[in-house]
Amino acid sequence: MTTTTAAAPARGEPRGIRARIENFGHEHRSITIIVGMVIVALILPEIVKYGPFPDFQGQAAWINGFSNAGVFVLLALGLNVVVGLAGLLDLGYAAFFAIGAYTYAYGASPFSGNDGPFLLMLLVGAVVAATFGVLLGAPTLRLRGDYLAIVTLGFGEIVPIIFLNSEAYTNGTNGISGIYKPDVPFYGEFTLLNPWPFYILMAVLITLTLIFVYRLEDSRVGRAWMAIREDELAAAANGINTVTTKLLAFGLGASTAGLAGVFNAAKLTIVSPDQFLFAVSFTVLAMVVLGGMGNAWGVAIGAFVIYTIQAVLLKQLNTFFDKFHVPVISDIDFVQYQFLLYGLALVLMMLIRPEGLFPSRRRRRELHAAEELSGEDSLGASPERAEEAG
Amino acid sequence: MTEPNRPASGPTDAPPDLQAGELDEAAIEAALAEAPAELEDATETPADLGTLEVEMERGVLLSARGVTKRFGGLLAVASVDFDIPEGSIVSLIGPNGAGKTTFFNVVAGIYDPTAGHVDFRGRRMIARPVKAWLEPILWFAPALVGAILTAVVYGATQSQPIGVALGLISLALLIIMLISAVARPDWYQRILVRAGVFRSARPNDMVKAGIGRTFQNIRLFANMTAEENVLVGMHSRLAVGVADAMFSTPKDRKEEVTARVRANELLELVGLHGVGDELAKNLPYGDQRRLEIARALASEPALLLLDEPTAGMNPRETTDMMTLINRLRQDLGLTVLLIEHDMKVVMGISDRITVLDHGERISEGTPDEVRRDPKVIEAYLGTPAA
Repeated sequence: MTTTTAAAPARGEPRGIRARIENFGHEHRSITIIVGMVIVALILPEIVKYGPFPDFQGQAAWINGFSNAGVFVLLALGLNVVVGLAGLLDLGYAAFFAIGAYTYAYGASPFSGNDGPFLLMLLVGAVVAATFGVLLGAPTLRLRGDYLAIVTLGFGEIVPIIFLNSEAYTNGTNGISGIYKPDVPFYGEFTLLNPWPFYILMAVLITLTLIFVYRLEDSRVGRAWMAIREDELAAAANGINTVTTKLLAFGLGASTAGLAGVFNAAKLTIVSPDQFLFAVSFTVLAMVVLGGMGNAWGVAIGAFVIYTIQAVLLKQLNTFFDKFHVPVISDIDFVQYQFLLYGLALVLMMLIRPEGLFPSRRRRRELHAAEELSGEDSLGASPERAEEAG
Repeated sequence: MTEPNRPASGPTDAPPDLQAGELDEAAIEAALAEAPAELEDATETPADLGTLEVEMERGVLLSARGVTKRFGGLLAVASVDFDIPEGSIVSLIGPNGAGKTTFFNVVAGIYDPTAGHVDFRGRRMIARPVKAWLEPILWFAPALVGAILTAVVYGATQSQPIGVALGLISLALLIIMLISAVARPDWYQRILVRAGVFRSARPNDMVKAGIGRTFQNIRLFANMTAEENVLVGMHSRLAVGVADAMFSTPKDRKEEVTARVRANELLELVGLHGVGDELAKNLPYGDQRRLEIARALASEPALLLLDEPTAGMNPRETTDMMTLINRLRQDLGLTVLLIEHDMKVVMGISDRITVLDHGERISEGTPDEVRRDPKVIEAYLGTPAA
């Protein structure tokens, strides 16, 4: 990428290995992402063979869990574009996840009688979800902040209910089952017993998404999103078509959710309305906030860690403690306390580290600058303040 | 000099207000009567922005006629005529609440005027909407035609796929038209003009047409760096889209490099050295004002609207700002419209001054003429006691 070419000479030649790696990462970001993802994807299956991990579950189950976590990483990356970059609070993000999943269920299942090729369906799912994102956005994006949040919340509730109630088309509560497994050229059909193909496919999807998100973030488009997040009126007064730019954020965010939906439907081979409840939207939003809003890799790690804790650790803690006969603790069902733990984590985060676990450099500066100035508003003008009539 | 305070409104103020109301009504009537005729004349050759071509006086960059803005019962701007000659520095002054910023916002496309119009570089940019009722018909027409076609084809051929396909196509057309109505891309604007529908340009259209602005209360993108602020200002002059950015095409890379070089040049131009990486909100107040000007310049405007550029500045900063504004005109050939309370600035750099009071234009002329105008003195200081 070219983003630092203008700034780099001013900083001088980097010294030390760490600085050099950082500098390389800045200038060749796509390569860095690919290398990083390959390393992570290779290390993860090895790590779970050692230490306490095998006590929880076997390697195959871990890898299966990682692919599921990947679904949430994708969702968090998409929502990060909408919430973190463009600053549009979307509380109904699971709706696009649902639309992606049902798109694949229609495209490749005995229920509809279609059998679309998986890779094509990934694209179709993304496009359909993006279309709905834009459709939802078009009438609502004139709303600001809280109002937009309420409308998206409503949309997030409506979509699963429509899937639930239009029995003739969606099979209602039972959902659509027997969805075909992915069938990829050069490999063939995925099977339930082998978790590796899903794992690798997910790693590829996340890598691509990360590359795209980073490139967009540092482009004219990404700057326009941030400008709208900072001050919408000023953005419009600087030539940004705020409506199309916000629609773009909504559409791209939704398309990522669509990808995740297709993958999830193909992996679980069943879609039903109860997979897409508000809890999903909320979980993804919590992942974005905890991971570090606006920072793609922070959000990705946040989503991965949170999902793994929730889906693997909490479930296995019970058996783990039972095994060692720990008094009192072994009586607690940790899964029951999942949302309590979430709430606690969110409250603690907001108190101790409001910028998230891995904040973007920008946000860290933002919060630290605020400390240095001891809360003084150096701009002398809050973005929300209305223009006074002269 | 500080802001002159308006005297508390006494009984003497009431009659002019009433008169203003009457004047305004007449102006609205006149504007309504003339607008459609002019628009119909000019529907030929719609240009980039889909706005209308109009005749303008030679050497006039922007001309406003009968601009009126009413907020509920409050008449903020009452039938103001305003010309900005190319290459000049024109000031707009008046007591607090005189309607200066409202007029500014109308010109910048933020408010639609209640009546009147604004022409810029031979195009009608801002006016009251005309034939707005036609627009919804425009959205639904493709869907309606599609539905009828679907029914006819389906009935005639009993061939389901064609009928369904037509139905889907008309649905898709409806969706496209609805989304276009919100996003208003250029081609949609052009259709509107062809159909005789006129809607005012929005702020981003005005920037594209060549009007840059700053705000009275600085509105920088606080948590973006100075360089990024200027890059955002360049938005309308850059062409990279989503696909270019996602696939990092040569076009994207080339444009990004040249844009950054240009951004740093602009920062230098307004006198900001080596602060490109600073967050905008961490800059000193005077520098923030300069950065806002650099950001406005980034859109390559022909006309720069400055809303109180020296507000809150000390005398030295004020002098520097005046030098900068003068330099912008000389070096870049910019035309400047200035709102300012500091009379030293106004009298020092303006070619012409327009005075607003209670939304009405009460005086217009060179600094010397305006300074001597009894109406202006009255507006600022009140009438002498009888």
